[in-house]
Amino acid sequence: MSEHRHVILSLIDRHHQQLLAEWLACQKRDARIADPQREKEIAGLAGRFLDQLRRGAIAQADDIQMAEWQPVREVLEDLSRDRAIQGFSPSETAIFVFSLKEPLFALLRREFAIDADRLARETWTASRLIDRLGLYTIESYARVREEVITRQQQELLELSTPVVELWDGILALPLIGTLDSARTQIVMESLLQRIVTSGAEIAIIDITGVPTVDTLVAQHLIKTISAARLMGADCILSGIRPQIAQTIVHLGLELNVVSKATMADALALALRRANKTIIDREPSAATRT
Amino acid sequence: MPTESDETMPLRTSDDVVRVRQAVRARAVSAGFSLVDQTKLVTAASEVGRNTVDYGGGGTLRIEVVSNGRRRGVRLTFTDQGPGIADLTLAMKDGYTSGSGLGLGLGGAKRLSNEFDIRSAPGQGTIVTLARWT
Ligand SMILES: Nc1ncnc2c1ncn2[C@@H]1O[C@H](COP(=O)(O)OP(=O)(O)O)[C@@H](O)[C@H]1O
Ligand SMILES: [Mg+2]
Repeated sequence: MSEHRHVILSLIDRHHQQLLAEWLACQKRDARIADPQREKEIAGLAGRFLDQLRRGAIAQADDIQMAEWQPVREVLEDLSRDRAIQGFSPSETAIFVFSLKEPLFALLRREFAIDADRLARETWTASRLIDRLGLYTIESYARVREEVITRQQQELLELSTPVVELWDGILALPLIGTLDSARTQIVMESLLQRIVTSGAEIAIIDITGVPTVDTLVAQHLIKTISAARLMGADCILSGIRPQIAQTIVHLGLELNVVSKATMADALALALRRANKTIIDREPSAATRT
Repeated sequence: MPTESDETMPLRTSDDVVRVRQAVRARAVSAGFSLVDQTKLVTAASEVGRNTVDYGGGGTLRIEVVSNGRRRGVRLTFTDQGPGIADLTLAMKDGYTSGSGLGLGLGGAKRLSNEFDIRSAPGQGTIVTLARWT
């Protein structure tokens, strides 16, 4: 069972330079590499890979998940990370591993030219090993892509949750879009955070842009309103459209919060509470400026 | 009763709940629902759909647009193979939750629908069917 690894080991030992050169040529052809910088970088990775593959082969471990293959896996993880972040496709990434087949099988053919049986067996086992390493590459590529996407989503969540200071001591949180629980959580936390840092005493939560208020969204609202209250800020809920008001009633929700039809009404109330007034200017004063 | 459209969607994650809301909204619009009726149906779908994900361990939603000659309607069927519900009367009761919700989802969904039916038994999963008409 482990014999084939000895074969790979001895092939790498005896033909290291040739194997590396032919492999790089195959990669250059298959992945259409024109950039000399990238070529150099791939040569570096390929050299590292062959060295580590040799070690894995010595250990004769049969399963590439085993500890002996860890250094090989690390080379492939580095490759995948790099490629995924630079925006290469999964196949462009996996060509690195799969293109080793051609020069390796050529060496095997020369080695076992007179033993067709052995050749078939060795080719099959070598092929299986490379397939596994190739699949591992694709898997780690997918993992990195996922991480990248999750991070981007996270950034998007934060971007789309602005807490604005409308007036000294008056914050507003205009909620827009679908409030899935992850987003709601972040939005509400950023409001509470701003209440702490600004010392605001009034927070207007505007839900004009929220298409659905279900019990989960309501629960988030209720929790935020009570947390804000504990921190010394009163909330005003604005922008409850008629259809939302009806569903809230049917759901049996009690929000226990002052609400106003529009953000403008909410701001007027907030200013009144803060003992501030907005008055129309004299017409003459307006024309003078 | 003629069926105008019939589709089934997966309900496994909270992202699926968002997609379900969008799909139900689109069907309600195509069936000619008013804004109030759309919102009621979508909210009911959100409640029951989230239960399918949270308590039923995931399942599916079937969305049918139907017509009975005079009126058009949207029928939603939520199916899961989860633990089921031992006491349906208790589960339907406002304020009852076995988790950390408000316990208003099932009762609310029933009030937001024209037809509402729930079938469940321990170990047998849960099927909720609800419909709203124009
Ligand atoms: N698909 C389901 N599978 C198992 N249990 C469910 C399912 N749907 C609802 N339940 C049970 O019914 C209870 C009430 O549901 P609901 O009224 O939506 O309130 P909440 O979701 O806030 O708990 C849930 O806490 C749960 O125990
Ligand atoms: Mg619920």
